[in-house]
Amino acid sequence: MAIRKKSSASASEATIAALPAERQRALLEQMQLIRAFDEKVDKLYAKGAMHGTAHFCVGQEACAVGTLCHRQEGDVITGTHRGHGHAIAFGLDLYRMAAELLGRATGYCGGKGGSMHIADVEAGMLGANGIVGGSMGIACGAAFAFKQRAQDHVAICFFGDGAVQEGIFNETLNLASIWQLPVLFVCENNQYAMSLPSEKATAGGSIAGRAASYGMPAEAVDGMDLDAVFTTAARLLAGCRNNGPALIETATYRYLGHSKSDANRYRTREEIAQWRANDPIERYSRTLTERDVLDDARSAALAESAVEQVEQAFARAERDPEPELASALEDVYA
Amino acid sequence: MPDQVTFREAMTAVLRETLAANEEAFLLGEDVGIYGGAFGVSRGLVEEFGPERVLDTPLSEAGFTGLAIGAAVMGMRPILEIQFSDFITHCMDQLVNQAAKLRYMFGGAASVPLVLRTPGGAGTGAAAQHSQSLEAWFVHVPGLRVVMPSTPADAQGLFRAAMADPNPVLFYEHKLLYNTKGVLPDEPEVYEIGRARCTREGRDVTLAAAGLMHNYALEAADTLAEQHIDAEVINLLSLAPMDSERVCESVRKTGRLVVVEEDVRTGGWGGELITRVAESPAFYALDRAPARVACADTPIPYNKRLEASIRPSPERIVEAVTQVLANDPGRYA
Repeated sequence: MAIRKKSSASASEATIAALPAERQRALLEQMQLIRAFDEKVDKLYAKGAMHGTAHFCVGQEACAVGTLCHRQEGDVITGTHRGHGHAIAFGLDLYRMAAELLGRATGYCGGKGGSMHIADVEAGMLGANGIVGGSMGIACGAAFAFKQRAQDHVAICFFGDGAVQEGIFNETLNLASIWQLPVLFVCENNQYAMSLPSEKATAGGSIAGRAASYGMPAEAVDGMDLDAVFTTAARLLAGCRNNGPALIETATYRYLGHSKSDANRYRTREEIAQWRANDPIERYSRTLTERDVLDDARSAALAESAVEQVEQAFARAERDPEPELASALEDVYA
Repeated sequence: MPDQVTFREAMTAVLRETLAANEEAFLLGEDVGIYGGAFGVSRGLVEEFGPERVLDTPLSEAGFTGLAIGAAVMGMRPILEIQFSDFITHCMDQLVNQAAKLRYMFGGAASVPLVLRTPGGAGTGAAAQHSQSLEAWFVHVPGLRVVMPSTPADAQGLFRAAMADPNPVLFYEHKLLYNTKGVLPDEPEVYEIGRARCTREGRDVTLAAAGLMHNYALEAADTLAEQHIDAEVINLLSLAPMDSERVCESVRKTGRLVVVEEDVRTGGWGGELITRVAESPAFYALDRAPARVACADTPIPYNKRLEASIRPSPERIVEAVTQVLANDPGRYA
């Protein structure tokens, strides 16, 4: 199975350009919402207004949006510790996410999960996960259930370049391939596993190359380019449905630290600036402007609206009650 | 006399019954298909239910345990076999950080109804990496249930209960039980997880045990009876939850307690059981210090005599009871 690198779509492939203008703008709005959400959370931590920790995906927005916009009714996803983007692109409610981060009773987990465990199992969001690679088996299990039940759904499994070095990456890619499970593995290669550069951690260099060796279609794509992620994900996802697994490796970057305690000692300002110069939101905005589906006024209005939606979500959540202490002892067993 | 079946036959039958009754149930593990499982428990099932319901996995305990968790979250009823309970170390993250915690972390919005069967225990000359009793680890993890049958009837009653339970259940089968025989009840029974059973009434000492060690305790009780010591035997059946109430009730009658467990003494579940008795009003009923019969704090050695020397046995239980009874508090006054 070949690893393909493609930046432009062939005539028969799904492209964002072929979508209605409204839909094209909606994808921009989703990326803006994700960014506004994580920037808000970052500010709250900086002010000391937030308990615990969180991991930000500022810079990585195109990966979640470009893949999850293809999700169909019944498809499920598993996220990662850096998971706010997955949850928002899946369609989770900003207010209930904010409530969870603020530890409120109205949060998705009743205030017992926090940033790393946001889930809406009934809707098919099977959870962010605090263990690197920890949800890869769960995604395979959901895909196994689809196959056993002869349903044409797909499990979309997010993980980072760090998870690729874990044993379970090998175990689950192998299982998914020999049993032909409908899983789309989405590797967000943001270049660092906390502080260790992906290139120093990845023997052989290519994550897509590893996946290809398991006999599944695997492609590496520019994760800062929403159009490229969209088209590649559409192709691979279509191949997964009623069929076996595939992997997409998105080259991306987190602008902010690993978590709130990161002093960025392992990378340079110049490197961060270089990636920021290729920002997925700015890049996609320019593309939409060139396509005449966006003008400056509309662009500014969308960005403003994203910030406003996030502000409202947090303002509403802040007024919500804390969980009853008794709830700490509940939900251990069904 | 009614027909006797082996523990293995009882397990195979209850697996067959489960797979036939619930099409969302499936069995997966290493060599569970045509080979029939390392201990022959699933023999014949792949022929009957097909390779989509009885799945031979690659040697990837973390991967297929994770898969079972995901399938369980989606409402299926996976039954996993971990070929030797020692290999459970490979899937610790999946059991401890995923299966046990998803429900809690998600605020009650998920359940993980899976059953993990695994052969454990020593006495087979399999040495240090194929003989351990690590179940106490999982007693320490809220969100998991840990059960341990002693007889063919227990195996079926507990397995049905495990399948009916909406939580992850670890089902420990002692390897030395597979060829032991017992009678099955006329009507299929479903046990209650967390409810101990008194399997022999007595007045002089309470023997609390689970799994194979329960059978050793019964043997010891027979020997003790010849010495006019009347032992009561409590079969815990479940270690998480642990029915310490039932043990306390027995201790209030006998005033003496000996716990028998095959895991190593330090950090074992027996210490937890004795602590619970000591924390309860039953403490005042004790007229002797409680004792534990457990494995020595060593890995399991290969040599047959060495192995026997560090494991509990009916003889060692008799010795422990004799010592407990001899420890008259008056002697320390």
